[in-house]
Amino acid sequence: MIRVKDLSAGYGEKIILDHVSFRVYEGEIFVILGGSGCGKSTLLKTIIGLIEPCSGRITIDGQQVLANDETTMQTVFRKIGVLYQSAALLGSMTVAENVALPIREYTSLPEEAVDLLVRMKLGLVNLEGYEDHLPSELSGGMKKRAGLARAMALNPKILFFDEPSAGLDPVTSAELDELILRLNRSLGTTMVIVTHELQSIFSVAHRVIMLDRLARGIIAEGNPVYLRDHSQNEFVKRFFNPQAGMMGVDPGIFP
Amino acid sequence: MTPPETSGFSPYEISENPEGGVRVCIRGDMVADNAGKMINDLGLLLRGRSLSSLTVDLKHVNYFDDFGALLLAQLRELVPGGRDSFFIVNASERIRDLLSILHFDSLNIRKVVEKKPSPGMFIRLGDATLRHVSDLRYAVSFIGSICLSLIHICRHPRSLRSDDTVGYMQRVGVDGLPIVALISFLMGLIMAFMSSVQLEQFGANIYVASLVSLAMTRELGPIMTAIIVAGRSGSAFAAEIGTMKISEEVDALFTMGFNPVMFLVIPKLVAAAVMVPILTLFSDLFAVLGGLIVGIFMLDLTAGAYMDQTMKTLELFDVFWGIFKGGVFGVLITWIGCFRGFQVRGGAASVGQATTSAVVSSIFLIILCDSLFSVILRYWG
Repeated sequence: MIRVKDLSAGYGEKIILDHVSFRVYEGEIFVILGGSGCGKSTLLKTIIGLIEPCSGRITIDGQQVLANDETTMQTVFRKIGVLYQSAALLGSMTVAENVALPIREYTSLPEEAVDLLVRMKLGLVNLEGYEDHLPSELSGGMKKRAGLARAMALNPKILFFDEPSAGLDPVTSAELDELILRLNRSLGTTMVIVTHELQSIFSVAHRVIMLDRLARGIIAEGNPVYLRDHSQNEFVKRFFNPQAGMMGVDPGIFP
Repeated sequence: MTPPETSGFSPYEISENPEGGVRVCIRGDMVADNAGKMINDLGLLLRGRSLSSLTVDLKHVNYFDDFGALLLAQLRELVPGGRDSFFIVNASERIRDLLSILHFDSLNIRKVVEKKPSPGMFIRLGDATLRHVSDLRYAVSFIGSICLSLIHICRHPRSLRSDDTVGYMQRVGVDGLPIVALISFLMGLIMAFMSSVQLEQFGANIYVASLVSLAMTRELGPIMTAIIVAGRSGSAFAAEIGTMKISEEVDALFTMGFNPVMFLVIPKLVAAAVMVPILTLFSDLFAVLGGLIVGIFMLDLTAGAYMDQTMKTLELFDVFWGIFKGGVFGVLITWIGCFRGFQVRGGAASVGQATTSAVVSSIFLIILCDSLFSVILRYWG
């Protein structure tokens, strides 16, 4: 579904990712992991054509991503949906108008059908009844869900998530994971998720790649449970078992 | 059973059931790209038939997503008997699963309600009054907190954030000088040119110098400078504080124990109060220069005579009065800019409104304040 070959990306002189190659298969939930500053978000933005790569080739569903070619990018954008870290809802429009925006633009549905579809989408993300709210009236978790409803308004083949659990409480975050799994199952959507929430990774990911700042590329690839139990790489082990490296608190100092 | 009807390469097959009712068999994909067309086509094909019941056969559907569910919901609306006379047959497990996730059974089309009629004149008038009163209350309390901060600064001059103040001085004053100079120069040029057309008839060319210098130093210099500063810096102040407000930076300052007014407003206020008078002075100089050029090249005056007449007309008081007005305008612009910035709530649109409102209110207040100054001068002088 997505093919990244020999990709190098960065900002100006600074190369963050050096000759990275991987593939994402159809219907898969693919997670990009790594510590802070390792280039996870840069990789995501490069794949979706927001940043031009220094070298390398990216194809999405057979279409090469060319950041500077507007016509090509229009075709690519029809195939993908992106949930941004801050949800990026348009503040001047209600939740329903936000979700209806791409539907009105790209389909010829009559107005009452758009209304029903928007309610269906919002129902999918458990936001029924919030159609007329402005984004500023929603909580963080609700904004994320509304952002997700907008990202999948046209049922794209691939959904990208930039840190979907960031800033959410564990319960809301688990609900979002459940939603991701449900959408993947029912619609067969391919998902690419950037995250470092361990709980999410184990509950949703089919396959992960782990990036490292020093290696400027992928240091591990595979099933998260397998990597946790069998990886020989020190960083990968520490990432999946963060408690192991921590010093225990001496219980003796507490009464 | 009547033979099925198919229209060319149509993906629908419609037949009458022997026991009454209509059966629609759909082929291919039911997705976003064709949902709109399918809804229209099937609506036309089924119109006029007696739909005692409608059975939709999904056996030959390859791909089905929520746009497909939307189509089914629309078809269900066509059946007079409603849910009891609408049947879906041969749906795959994935389709049934998706329909249950979408709560298909409880979905219903609702008429798109017209937008709520706008409230009556009196309600709007009342709302606007209340809004302006609360605006005014906030504006007065904002002036109060600025005064308290200024008193604090006078007592503890070290608490003024001097680096920020110097930075703002550069942005308001130094960076604004080229545009202020250019516009004032052109104003002087235009005024001299326009007045010379009239004064030449009376052989009173030399009074062009008096007109340009007096009008610019007393009135137009401070006003033009203030309007330019309102457009450049007042809007920037509102946008800066507004953006800080929505990204919770102002709250962060507050919880760190800083007074946001002291931290964000006072440096800007001091910078504008110092730099707008200096810009006004430059504006006067460049306007006189503009007039001088017209005087020399169009009116055959000598530079000496023109400057001599300018010096004779102007009193020191006129120059200082203009500079003083510039200082007051600078304070007004900063006050309004920061005030609008602090009023920002919500998102990006609110920042835009605050910026617009900062510039419009500043210009209005500048003109209003200038009129007051003219009245004061009239009775005082």
